Amino acid sequence: MKKFKLFFCILLSLTIFNTLKSAEQIDPIKVDWSFKGLLGKFDRASLQRGYQVYNEVCASCHSMQYLSYRNLGEPGGPEFSEEEVKAIAAGFEVTDGPDAQGEMFTRPGRPSDKFVSPYPNVNAAAAANGGAYPPDMSVLVKARKGGANYIYSVLVGYEDPPPGITLDEGVYYNKYMIGNKIKMPNNLSDGLVDYADGTEATVDQMAKDVTTFLSWAAEPELESRHKTGVKVILYLVLLSILVFLSMKKIWSRVNPEV
Amino acid sequence: MSEQEYVPKSKAGKWFNDRLPLLSLASHLTDYPTPKNLNYWWTFGGILTFCLLTQIITGIVLAMHYVAHADLAFASVEHIMRDVNYGWLIRYIHSNGASMFFLAVYIHIFRSLFYGSYKSPREIIWIIGLMIYLLMMAAAFMGYVLPWGQMSFWGATVITNLFSAIPLVGDSITTWLWGAYSVDNPTLTRFFSLHYLIPFLILGLVVLHIWALHVPGNNNPVGIDIKKPSKDTVPFHPYITIKDTFALLLFMIIFAGFVFFAPNVLGHSDNYIQANPMVTPAHIVPEWYLLPFYAILRSVPDKLGGVILMFGAIFILFVLPWLDTSKVRSAVFRPIYRQFFWILIIDVLVLGYVGAMPAEGIYLVLARVGTVYYFLHFLVVLPVVGYLEKTEPVPLSISEPVLSGSADYSMAKKDNEKI
Repeated sequence: MKKFKLFFCILLSLTIFNTLKSAEQIDPIKVDWSFKGLLGKFDRASLQRGYQVYNEVCASCHSMQYLSYRNLGEPGGPEFSEEEVKAIAAGFEVTDGPDAQGEMFTRPGRPSDKFVSPYPNVNAAAAANGGAYPPDMSVLVKARKGGANYIYSVLVGYEDPPPGITLDEGVYYNKYMIGNKIKMPNNLSDGLVDYADGTEATVDQMAKDVTTFLSWAAEPELESRHKTGVKVILYLVLLSILVFLSMKKIWSRVNPEV
Repeated sequence: MSEQEYVPKSKAGKWFNDRLPLLSLASHLTDYPTPKNLNYWWTFGGILTFCLLTQIITGIVLAMHYVAHADLAFASVEHIMRDVNYGWLIRYIHSNGASMFFLAVYIHIFRSLFYGSYKSPREIIWIIGLMIYLLMMAAAFMGYVLPWGQMSFWGATVITNLFSAIPLVGDSITTWLWGAYSVDNPTLTRFFSLHYLIPFLILGLVVLHIWALHVPGNNNPVGIDIKKPSKDTVPFHPYITIKDTFALLLFMIIFAGFVFFAPNVLGHSDNYIQANPMVTPAHIVPEWYLLPFYAILRSVPDKLGGVILMFGAIFILFVLPWLDTSKVRSAVFRPIYRQFFWILIIDVLVLGYVGAMPAEGIYLVLARVGTVYYFLHFLVVLPVVGYLEKTEPVPLSISEPVLSGSADYSMAKKDNEKI
């Protein structure tokens, strides 16, 4: 009993420390994402809309260098049809080569190509964006504390700076951004994109869709991971019940209570 | 090693066994007399063997796809996660496996502390175990560097810089470790090479650990010497194997929970940002299993002093068998030591917690108190309590109740269940 009291004390003190600590920063908005939880799955339509937002808005600055166009058609992702993926890929110009003459050439993209980056390298990206390099978005959701909630919160967290805070040219105020200063302007405005499925393109809708898309991009294995996980754990539970019963039987020879 | 000579039944078996007694070894391992009162805290030896083998097997597969180069390592990890069939599964098992390995080893170590398994005649088992633990920390640290994320890079920078605290030759040693003038590609490639080597060194030490264990036999919750084989023992197979299997399955359920449903919760999000020598993360923190030592390191204002205390915190464990003056092994019969054992656990947990926090204000105070207490426990509490403590009567055997006093076996059992 004493031990439990001690553990209770330490737990309590840890909780107090934690609340003290987190009081300094605003927690991101909690969204009830469809892909959270043990059986969480991506919303297919939202992923397709999210890709559209990425492609029409984000992609002019942010690369996604670890994704291939074929990923867009794979199970567990936006699941565009084969023709759609081919059409998407063909819409990009890919530098290839060298050819037999030793020259580089451009050709239309193929599903096997990686996403074409907007800038040739990090320095070019930084130079074109006031010195701030727009991070690659392939694993962005995993690379930020708070994950999808944080990304969504930043997208909808633009505000006029509170009095007393002056911002430099090209710097914007964002409630949820660490340090509240961000070099990315608020790029989302109502009706900015024309959703193919007729969904109304509000800022909130676009932020949710593109965050869903980025969450998939960071964890394309999520759905099959969840599905496999449920099977694996069910199997382990059943096996441990069988082993437990065998153990009882075996130990009953020496000592009825193991 | 075995009590009675084993003779294979078949002629061929005998022919082979006379030349290489593998069958005798197998017979020794299955018949090995084990105390029948071992509780579930004793199942972690088997669990740790499973962890080591899991890390080796998944690691070998990862090494087939990983590229040890500063410019390519991060991308090759993403290649494993995206393009290699079930690469995400292999990698998540490997990265969470490290955490599960340390979770199991800490339970194993504290079990030894509680039941006095490090005491005579098991000092060598204990020391080999600590060597394994040291190698595990080295392997885990170098493994964490390989994905070449921000925490990889800056963790490597902080830890390797510790060696620069050594007077006179510190800077030269650090440069030698790096193979460059900062953490760079040569550092990554040598860490990869050593990360591949160390598990096999651990495997060798595990063999010695078990060999040394099989000389005196297992300690047990009552902590007394027992006759082997006797009424107090059971053959290792099937009694212990089935129990170890059951415990391992429960462990695997927790393991699978992390791998499939929270694979990144034990890692740091900054490690999904590619290493950048020009940008320092706001807080550089090691993985959770190294946090108590990190807290000790930062609790000392002097760099060299911090390094000495941090390594001292581990090396003090090597002389533990000689610091503990009590003749009674199990804490079940040591009412005073038992209290201090739990205080030590809390001390280590607090150190771990403040290790994850910035070294300032209340955290720094806590880290200092925790560090001082950690050393007090081993240097003062253990020797003194051993002399002064009035231990409870110890039973003469596992099956028979004690001759006198309150501490009969059923009570000892009750006590075991409480923890």
